[in-house]
Amino acid sequence: MPEVWIPSLMRKLTDGQEKVIVGGNTLREVIENLDAQFPGIKDRVVYEDYRIAPGLAVAIDGVVTEEGLRTQIPPDSEVHFVTSIAGG
Amino acid sequence: MAIPQEDYLGITDYKVVGTRPVRHDGADKVTGRAIYGTDLNLPDMLHASVLRSPHAHARIKSIDTSKAEALEGVRAVVTGQDLVLNAEEQLADLGEEVVRVKDMCAAVLAREKVLYQGYPVAAVAATNVHIAEEALDLIEVEYEVLPHVLDVREAMKDGAPLVHEDQRTNSMGERSENFSNVASHFRTELGDIEQGFAESDVVVEREFLTDMVHQGYIEPQNATVLWNADDVVTIWCSNQGAFGVRDQTARILGIPVSQIKVVPLEIGGGFGGKIKAYLEPIAALLSRKTGHPVKMIMSRTEVLQATGPTSGSWIRVKMGATNDGKLVAAESELVYEAGAFSGSPVGAGARNMLAPYVIPHVLVDGYDVVNNKPSSSAYRAPGTTNAAFAVETVVDELAEKLEVDPLEFRLNNSAKEGTRRADGPVNKRIGHEECVRAAVSSDHYQTALNGKYRGRGVASGFWGNGGGVSSAAASVNDDGTINLVEGSTDIGGTRTSVAMQMAEVLGISEQQIRPQVGDTDSIGYTGVTGGSRTTFATGWAAYKCAQDIKEQMMARAAILWEISEDDVEFDQAVFRSKSDPSKSITFKDLAAKLDSTGGPVMGRATAKPTGVGGAYAVAIVDVEVDPDTGKVDILRASIFQDAGKAIYPPYVEGQMQGGVAQAIGWALNEEYVYDEDGILRNSSLLDYRMPTCLDLPMIDAHIVEVPNPGHPYGVRGVGEVPIVPPTAAVANAIYDAIGLRLTELPMSPPRVLEAWWDKNGGNGSA
Repeated sequence: MPEVWIPSLMRKLTDGQEKVIVGGNTLREVIENLDAQFPGIKDRVVYEDYRIAPGLAVAIDGVVTEEGLRTQIPPDSEVHFVTSIAGG
Repeated sequence: MAIPQEDYLGITDYKVVGTRPVRHDGADKVTGRAIYGTDLNLPDMLHASVLRSPHAHARIKSIDTSKAEALEGVRAVVTGQDLVLNAEEQLADLGEEVVRVKDMCAAVLAREKVLYQGYPVAAVAATNVHIAEEALDLIEVEYEVLPHVLDVREAMKDGAPLVHEDQRTNSMGERSENFSNVASHFRTELGDIEQGFAESDVVVEREFLTDMVHQGYIEPQNATVLWNADDVVTIWCSNQGAFGVRDQTARILGIPVSQIKVVPLEIGGGFGGKIKAYLEPIAALLSRKTGHPVKMIMSRTEVLQATGPTSGSWIRVKMGATNDGKLVAAESELVYEAGAFSGSPVGAGARNMLAPYVIPHVLVDGYDVVNNKPSSSAYRAPGTTNAAFAVETVVDELAEKLEVDPLEFRLNNSAKEGTRRADGPVNKRIGHEECVRAAVSSDHYQTALNGKYRGRGVASGFWGNGGGVSSAAASVNDDGTINLVEGSTDIGGTRTSVAMQMAEVLGISEQQIRPQVGDTDSIGYTGVTGGSRTTFATGWAAYKCAQDIKEQMMARAAILWEISEDDVEFDQAVFRSKSDPSKSITFKDLAAKLDSTGGPVMGRATAKPTGVGGAYAVAIVDVEVDPDTGKVDILRASIFQDAGKAIYPPYVEGQMQGGVAQAIGWALNEEYVYDEDGILRNSSLLDYRMPTCLDLPMIDAHIVEVPNPGHPYGVRGVGEVPIVPPTAAVANAIYDAIGLRLTELPMSPPRVLEAWWDKNGGNGSA
């Protein structure tokens, strides 16, 4: 199952856990399963139930996804919430 | 559907890619035929100018435009009241970034407050620009001047004047109870920072300041807009993304995108500063009011006062290493000024600053802070030059304390494939090591630098590059040439680098392809030319488009020969029958037979590639410092950069040299100088000191090629990373020359001289 790395500013929602193993085939499923375990996380990382929150990006196995919540999450992948970046 | 990341083809015998042909836009550019925004003139066109705030922070009590409207020749006046605020809290996804529609509207024309000197307040359209400017003086604005805040750390304090009275701090989704100028705070944490410093034998901690600087593009912002009688709005403009302008203007004016067509003209530089739509919505409002096309051109002063420079910053960096030369801990706070609206590039600075290295224990806090300066915009590797200046200075000092060659120290701690980045994810194939090795073995590094007050500095840098969405469409002509339409504004020569990728697939010369940038009605959605994404992503679209053409042409060969499509193969612009070697035809000859085999062939493709490959660069800079004046001369500068695969090497080298040139300006002279009233005191290029050719040596560009596994040809973006390392390399060179660690940009003559005097006393004679 995917391993989600929890940003330190959200760890009070996960009782201090830095990484959480959680099921899900898509990013949406992973986040919803995470939220079921640790209520409140979804509100922090998802905007109005349709997109990753502004200012955040999600890296799956080192690659920032541009597919949003529909991104397929391979089993045993690493999921990181990182700050989003815009280029010049 | 996402495109697979691992798609590098491993081609070793390129025919077109990697060559140095004549660029497609060359003739128009050198003969002056290329059409820029200021060249555009339409029948019955009006000219417009903008009234701007004289105050850094003020509430607008009233605006009286009656005298201006009465002036002969004036056709219309608009203010913020002409904007329909119908989307108070909506977000607009502009491709690379998400912004609040409310902020977009407020930034175009003030409604209640002005937030910096130069803030747009009203605009006048008249029969000529002189009348428009005269009319501006007749607009009477009553302001209630408010306290302002310019210093980013002052802006963070409780009790500081609030730029936005309703702004709370967003800490990765958690909102503060109190209102604050701190728009957002984030933290990156890896390992255990206390353990890291406990394991460190050597620790260096320093604070750094950088000032707001401008991209310095030659061509000012401009726009011409016609709001036609059928309510179709046509915009001709100089912007890094035609679709971005369309989307912003539609959001701001509250009209559907289908009502707007944006025609991109040639662009005289952007570097990130031409993504926002400053003039287009205003010109559209004026055109709607008058029924005439309206043209607007910013003056240089307006560009400097009121477009989007990049953030100044305060950065603290503390790093620790062991006696055997291993980095083990890095802690940093980054505070970036966003200007009037949130959205500084602090996130990029934080994510990229430590990317060249493997560091097990990391703690990084970033703060995006608004203040009473123009709203910041992207600038070439946004946010990362500031951060690299800080980190690479500290890395240099650690190497010095450990008595290790600075490049060897970087090599010993280099990130590589499989190592974990400081912001969490694990690296794919990357090329930092290769860049450092190229620098070490270069003639520059191997040649001793002698002479008093002379020094050499090095630094590394990283930029993650962008992917995004691109479209391409192409039609085959009966003479075997191809008309290629793509959606990316061409700033750095991407028409050629995109066409070359199409040519490589088809085995034809890039000169047989005529690339054009389409308007928003002519080509599919394409993101901005930014994030070093165009040769990567739009090139990928052209590559796919060429595959589409190839398959259609193979089908035509099958029709011609009355054989199965499966019996046709294609190699180097020749179609052959697999079963009958006597049947072969060139691409050109088959193109002449399209009419008789089914009609025209058009290819099309879109791309949203995910296999973006980040890019590293290493800079070596030699300087000579004049201790009498504080002036720093650049004696020699070299840049070593991983391009993945350089599709068109001259443009790659040009990007590398351009990035270094801008970084040297940033390092030595460029800064926004505000007085205590918040008035910009150097809003001309006489006083905003950009480097000229007299300030720069020939910059040696060394292309390193470590193929990106996520692109068919291994392409990595090249436009941004070269600006990242040189500021620190200059600082390290100054230290090597005169023994002074300078921690504030720019390292201008007064600052160098003051530091020299502080060290040596009196007038510093030594």
